[in-house]
Amino acid sequence: MNLILVTFIILLAFTSYYFGRKKALVIQSSQRLTALPKFYGYYLAAWCAAPALIIFALWSVFEPSIVKTFILQDYTDQNLTKNELQLIYTKVKALAAGTYTGNITNFLDESANKYIQLKGIANSAKVAIILAILILSLSFAYRSVQKNDRMREPVEIFLKWVLFVASLGAVLVTIGIVFSLLFEAIRFFQAVKIFDFIFGTHWYPAKTFVRDGQPDPELMKDAFGAVPLFAGTFFIAFIAMCVAIPIGLLSGIYLSEYAGRGVRKYAKPIIEILAGIPTVVYGFFAALTVGPFVKEIGNAMGLEVSAESALAAGAVMGVMIIPFISSLSDDVITAVPQNLRDGSYAMGATKSETVKKVIFPAALPGIVGSILLAVSRAVGETMIVVMASGLAANLTMNPLESTSTITAQIVVILIGDQQFGDPKTQSAFALGISLFIVTLFLNVIALSVVKRYREKYE
Amino acid sequence: MSKIKAENVNVYYGSKQALFDVSIDIAEKEVTALIGPSGCGKSTFLRCLNRMNDVIEICRVEGSIKMDNLELNSRKLDVVRLRENVGMVFQKPNPFPKTIYENVAYGPTIHGIAQSKEEMDQIVETSLKKAALWNEVKDRLDEIGTGLSGGQQQRLCIARAISVSPEVILMDEPCSALDPIATAQIEELIDDLKKEVTIVIVTHSMSQAARVSQKTGFFHLGKLIEFGPTDKIFKNPDNQQTQDYITGRFG
Repeated sequence: MNLILVTFIILLAFTSYYFGRKKALVIQSSQRLTALPKFYGYYLAAWCAAPALIIFALWSVFEPSIVKTFILQDYTDQNLTKNELQLIYTKVKALAAGTYTGNITNFLDESANKYIQLKGIANSAKVAIILAILILSLSFAYRSVQKNDRMREPVEIFLKWVLFVASLGAVLVTIGIVFSLLFEAIRFFQAVKIFDFIFGTHWYPAKTFVRDGQPDPELMKDAFGAVPLFAGTFFIAFIAMCVAIPIGLLSGIYLSEYAGRGVRKYAKPIIEILAGIPTVVYGFFAALTVGPFVKEIGNAMGLEVSAESALAAGAVMGVMIIPFISSLSDDVITAVPQNLRDGSYAMGATKSETVKKVIFPAALPGIVGSILLAVSRAVGETMIVVMASGLAANLTMNPLESTSTITAQIVVILIGDQQFGDPKTQSAFALGISLFIVTLFLNVIALSVVKRYREKYE
Repeated sequence: MSKIKAENVNVYYGSKQALFDVSIDIAEKEVTALIGPSGCGKSTFLRCLNRMNDVIEICRVEGSIKMDNLELNSRKLDVVRLRENVGMVFQKPNPFPKTIYENVAYGPTIHGIAQSKEEMDQIVETSLKKAALWNEVKDRLDEIGTGLSGGQQQRLCIARAISVSPEVILMDEPCSALDPIATAQIEELIDDLKKEVTIVIVTHSMSQAARVSQKTGFFHLGKLIEFGPTDKIFKNPDNQQTQDYITGRFG
């Protein structure tokens, strides 16, 4: 029903576009047009689609809650809690849809009939109102087309609002996500002291689990210490950067300064394709190939190596980030003006002297920016760690042991069944928001550094 | 006395020929101006003299260019030594994004000319003095070179070029991005410099060529049409095309 209605509105809008344009050509024969004929078409189409679609959207948002209020009115005298009311409403809906399998009471049956009835009324009312709106707005718009009013300005204003609504939507969704993170995290911090979370050195949320009851507050104190996770996150990111920065930077310099056009033409796209390999592929590469390899080498040297080591995860993560750094630093170095290179060569500098003394310093802010962006990617990386570095949150600085990161723990917490409102589940939100703050901080610094670099040559 | 002697120089960019059989004698401690319409090959020729065309992958140079009997267009030539001897100033001022001091000290550092900090200070000071910039920047040598005005930047580039005491300086339209006052300062500088170095200058301004140079060469469509004393080229050229260009009938 809804689909038909929306399709109808959109088809009508297209039709009115052609109709408006044709009408403009008719007007043209007797008087001067105020805009190009297509603006007449846009004007009609906008007036046709916009009011009807807005009413449709509002209706769809508010209809369910209004219907719900009507249904639950019959239950107000029973003194039920909010959760019980919600349960009843779900049952009524299921009964109306014919998917209910429990005991059917008379009262419930009555409600279901009422629900079907209300839905029917609402649907007819919706169609009637939208048709009325279509007729009203189209006739209004057609009148002003006939009067040959100014057409350009209303169309431009309409487009401006369409763009505004789109960007407003994007911003609101982001803000919504941040706030939901924040509220859940605040609820978590009501159960666990923020001090214990930030400075505690034991992360073992599983031990707070108690069947049907509140966990012991003493246990809570020692179960949610995030220090091992932060340490693990930065440790693995550090290993990754030790791999990625030298290789990425040197290959970036090679690509931009030394490689001939033929090499560059093929090497650059290939490197960018590497950046598109799904992280889960890197993950099983780390878990199945690199991890055992590191263990074997370590054992041959007489070292105790865990099969899931921070070293394996970090090294593979570094490989994943190489294309990121090399591609970005290649762009930054290429952007250094050619006349600086000419100036250096003309002084008798060799290629490596020019790179070291002129090009690299000039590109440094951009390179630092790209490295910071890469760090924030390493910090946020999940799959490789989950698969290759284990899930036990050890507080260790030994790259041969297994360790865990914030992202990997969020996965552990939210896999399988969870109880909402359980501190264990809520701790995922606390971890999420701390991760968000760290990467936000890194990104802001990186972007401001890159921006300052851009201004330098203008 | 001849400093640079070019014979039958042909230059190609890929399959396109940019210079045709150019032969020219550039005299020592004089200013030689190269004039001609845009795209006539004068800058290409200038860049042959310090092998800057090496930077362009598709560029190929044929023929003989000798400087003091040293063949420049040879694979065996040490390009680093050559460029130490032949400095260059570009159309757009291109100081490095470093301090004024570091800009001038760049050449002496990479060629290992100064033995001590005092010696380097001395080189920087003399170079800046010769480039007539010392008085304006002596109190702010540690400021970034790109913060200077356009004319000051160009004089900084000249100071950078003369810091390694080259025998020849090539100038590729050094005043085209400058205002008349800065241009006059640079021209005055060229006049002073020619006591010690040989200067080859490419310019679009015929009055500038007439003011600063002793010899002038006129290029057109990749060929050297006429070469001779500046007075003669401007007052009584042999070639009709030269005459037309100088009187502004084309180009």
